[in-house]
Amino acid sequence: MYGLVKMRHFAKSMVATGVFAGFAMALSGSVNAADRPFGLGTLATAEQIAGWDIDVRPDGKGAPIGSGTAADGEEVYAERCAGCHGDFGEGVDRWPVLAGGLGSLVTADPVKTVGSYWPYASTVYDYVYRAMPFGEAQSLTHDETYQVVAYILYMNDVIDDEFALSNETIGSVKMPNQNGFMLPDPRPDGQLASAPCMQNCEVSTKIIGRARIIDVTPDKQ
Amino acid sequence: MEKKTEQLSLSRRQLLGGAAASVGGMAAAPLAAAAESNPANLPPNVPEWTPYLGAGVDVNPYGMPSEHESHVIRRNVEWLTASTESSINFTPLQDLDGIVTPNGLCFERHHGGVPEVVPADYRLMINGLVDRELIFTIDDLKRFPQVNRFHFLECAANGGMEWRGAQLNGCQYTFGMVHNVQYSGVRLSDICREVGVKPSAKWVLAEGGDSAGMNRSVPIEKIMDDCMIAYSMNGEALRPEQGYPARLVVPGWEGNMWVKWIRRLEFGDAPYMAREETSKYTDLMESGKARMFTWVMDAKSVVTSPCPEKPMMAKGQNLLKGLAWSGRGKITRVDVSLDGGVNWKTAELHGPVLSKSLTRFTMPFEWNGEEMKVQSRAMDETGYVQPTIQALQKERGVNSIYHNNSIATWLVKSNGEVENVRLG
Repeated sequence: MYGLVKMRHFAKSMVATGVFAGFAMALSGSVNAADRPFGLGTLATAEQIAGWDIDVRPDGKGAPIGSGTAADGEEVYAERCAGCHGDFGEGVDRWPVLAGGLGSLVTADPVKTVGSYWPYASTVYDYVYRAMPFGEAQSLTHDETYQVVAYILYMNDVIDDEFALSNETIGSVKMPNQNGFMLPDPRPDGQLASAPCMQNCEVSTKIIGRARIIDVTPDKQ
Repeated sequence: MEKKTEQLSLSRRQLLGGAAASVGGMAAAPLAAAAESNPANLPPNVPEWTPYLGAGVDVNPYGMPSEHESHVIRRNVEWLTASTESSINFTPLQDLDGIVTPNGLCFERHHGGVPEVVPADYRLMINGLVDRELIFTIDDLKRFPQVNRFHFLECAANGGMEWRGAQLNGCQYTFGMVHNVQYSGVRLSDICREVGVKPSAKWVLAEGGDSAGMNRSVPIEKIMDDCMIAYSMNGEALRPEQGYPARLVVPGWEGNMWVKWIRRLEFGDAPYMAREETSKYTDLMESGKARMFTWVMDAKSVVTSPCPEKPMMAKGQNLLKGLAWSGRGKITRVDVSLDGGVNWKTAELHGPVLSKSLTRFTMPFEWNGEEMKVQSRAMDETGYVQPTIQALQKERGVNSIYHNNSIATWLVKSNGEVENVRLG
């Protein structure tokens, strides 16, 4: 499944004309129907799946055929990304910072960027293709996506500007914070050693902070 | 400076207090008066709405709340996010009774705005490690056996602004990323039987049809246990902002996984490591390492009255109200303290007490105008006890953003005003 060439636009137009919809319905009545407890739904065609199956896994499974270098990506990034993320990935206003932040995770002000935090390069591809630019989802070609992702990785010193990021190489890119995550979930944590106290409990009731003083609560409708 | 602070607090009271502000008048005097009444409407006079005919049927084909309840709305905190299309607002818990959140008040969290999905063109695709890759229409989904279940949905970031201290002065802003509705829909285990899941399938990627293409990996055990594809909430079709026409329901687990406008489920043998489960919704510890796949929402509770938006209005007999919930099962007990945690009394739980659902509690109390530090502490059927913020900070530091389920403190002043404070 992951090896399929993505045929998104082709599949989409065929669905729109009803070709595959009719084809799938004809199939559903005859193939495996007996095994289906409810007999609901129609079999999906390979073309239909290729149009929607856009996810990419850390091992590179699902990565569409294509490639790009950071050198190629600089222009695409400047045109399609820098308006919000800044020329150097520094982030404009409250839009996400993409580069830098190395060493900041142990400080009082952690800066979580692709370079300092994201564990897999595949995640950058998966997210950029499906959701970026903000409000223009899935508008980059696969080659453009590889170029932009390469540029973001280059800004974070993960690859050099001639490295060809592609469906064949994306699964092997090693990210700085790949080992920065812990599994499994250790909760429940913060639990008491004994039953909760009900009377004359020894706790501090001193006020050490007040929301009024901080004064960041919205005060307009 | 003193004066400025006073003015700010007054305007905030007018906003947050809503009805309380109009009845209480000045911020400094919530105790001063009950609602300003018109004597002409009071006994022995006949009120103005009695002699004449009111509106007939069909004036409001889809009914709306009274205009006098117009302050009961979702609100956002603008400085939290860069745009309203990728943002969050908050449920006004302080204005609600019982356990059901009205559909129009369920908090919203979108990553690419609310898509306008045409139901006739809606499709749910199932692909990957299954015997039959199938596509379902919304009508197909409604022909499956139906289940109807109440569940809370809480954002993992609920209370996330309070890790370092008391920051936002409101029950709505500090606890309002939660809602509770009755979902109608299809068991995912039934859909799994229909497609025939291969034994090698261990993870399911759920993907939305919105502009963010929201995607999360869910382990197959949870999918088979109690996940649903829901098409209705509180008896009517899902609201557009809640995933119309269909969403994923992942009972007890963080809201980000409840993919809205769900368009695809892919079965695979490994997690997909999407943006939302790596760069977001991972909990950074003091060591610089982050906890990953922290899905369960631990037990939590909040006093919804009194609270910063609901000041004390009168001395004498009063009713404390609150909500408790746990992602691990049913709430078994809620204790309430009025003195900052020194002494506790067990509150009354009101049925139905359902698994992974909001549970209502109340406690009558007498108030003589003394200062109070109001807290609540929930326990669930696994024996879990809602922790203090200090207990959580000791384990996790203050940078984890997510999963703050600690006990909050409302300071009730002698004039009836209530403020979010931190004790320590």
